Amino acid sequence: MDANALEIAKQAAHTWGYLAAGIGAGLVILGGAYGIGRLAASSMDAIGRQPEAAGQVRTAMLIAAGLIEGVTFFALVICLILATLK
Amino acid sequence: MTAPAVLDTLREAAPAALDSAALGAHGHPEAFEFGHLFDHIKDSNELEIPFGKIELPHLPTIHVAGVDFDLSITKHVIFVLLSAVVVAALALSSARAYRRSLVPKGFANAVEVIVVFVRDEIVLPNMGPGGLRYLPYLLTVFFFVLVMNLMGLIPFGSSATGNIAVTGGMAIISFIMIQVAAIRSMGLAHYLAELTGGVPWFLWPIMVPVEILSLFTKPFALCIRLFANMTGGHLVILSLIGMIFLFGSYLVPPLTLAFVLGINLLEIFVAFLQAYIFTILTALFMGLGILAGGEAKEHAHTSGD
Repeated sequence: MDANALEIAKQAAHTWGYLAAGIGAGLVILGGAYGIGRLAASSMDAIGRQPEAAGQVRTAMLIAAGLIEGVTFFALVICLILATLK
Repeated sequence: MTAPAVLDTLREAAPAALDSAALGAHGHPEAFEFGHLFDHIKDSNELEIPFGKIELPHLPTIHVAGVDFDLSITKHVIFVLLSAVVVAALALSSARAYRRSLVPKGFANAVEVIVVFVRDEIVLPNMGPGGLRYLPYLLTVFFFVLVMNLMGLIPFGSSATGNIAVTGGMAIISFIMIQVAAIRSMGLAHYLAELTGGVPWFLWPIMVPVEILSLFTKPFALCIRLFANMTGGHLVILSLIGMIFLFGSYLVPPLTLAFVLGINLLEIFVAFLQAYIFTILTALFMGLGILAGGEAKEHAHTSGD
């Protein structure tokens, strides 16, 4: 009876883990996509104003996008751990 | 909703669409385990080749001071070594092509494009002319990460950068190189002085730990960024293919495989992009150190007048 209760408790914990991972991933993408979207909008404006600076703007945009995505992936790795924790 | 429940609803909606051959012995499909997907990305002691697998040797574990080192040759070890051989072959064959004439023929041209790109777009703008001494290291990082990433996209291949130990190792070496660049440029005394961040002496107990922490977070972010990008990409591809087994219907593969094709092309782009980002961030951090050293030398010269 105790072993059965432990099994049920583990299953319940796993279910909450899946829910947490799902909601977490959604929030992560919310923040990351908003940040990178604003970054892309600003660089489009900059390239539109000064097409000859397009190369430098593109380099700076890629660096900033890489850094923002890096932070996003921290949170995503935590979500993955939540989903696969035993 | 578990897999059997999903299939029940599908069965009511469109019974003709379900292929009964996909159902297991009890009329329900074998439960689709999400965890099985990770087996394709994780390290394993078997190497898959067409029509079979090779069991890779387990070497004995080395016990050093309470820590166990399992140095057996696993799939990712094989792919790291293979990538190293490919990069070395590329570099050596391209270098040999320059011996005969200044304008090389053949594959060396493609390698030259990438080398000139790394030198003119990554090293010189971020590190200045003094950064050219670190160009070999940055080229090695770029090619190595690129080849390891691309190996994951060929059939029966696996990207070794999907293993956090591999990216961790590359991040550790980048960390060492960043400190080497800073110390070589400004000397050990000035490097330690930089750690205080130029605040009054009573703020040092707060500032120094924060600065030391920031020294470590930058390579750590490099490690996690590369690892999570590669693992996430392959996980998406495997999940989409796994959906075919989850639904067990003949309607799913055409849609799913179109998505998988699109995401595979995206993964090729991400492989190049992540190699570029690893290299340029390492160059950026080295460049910060070299720049600070240059300023220190200028101050010393001008204040000596």
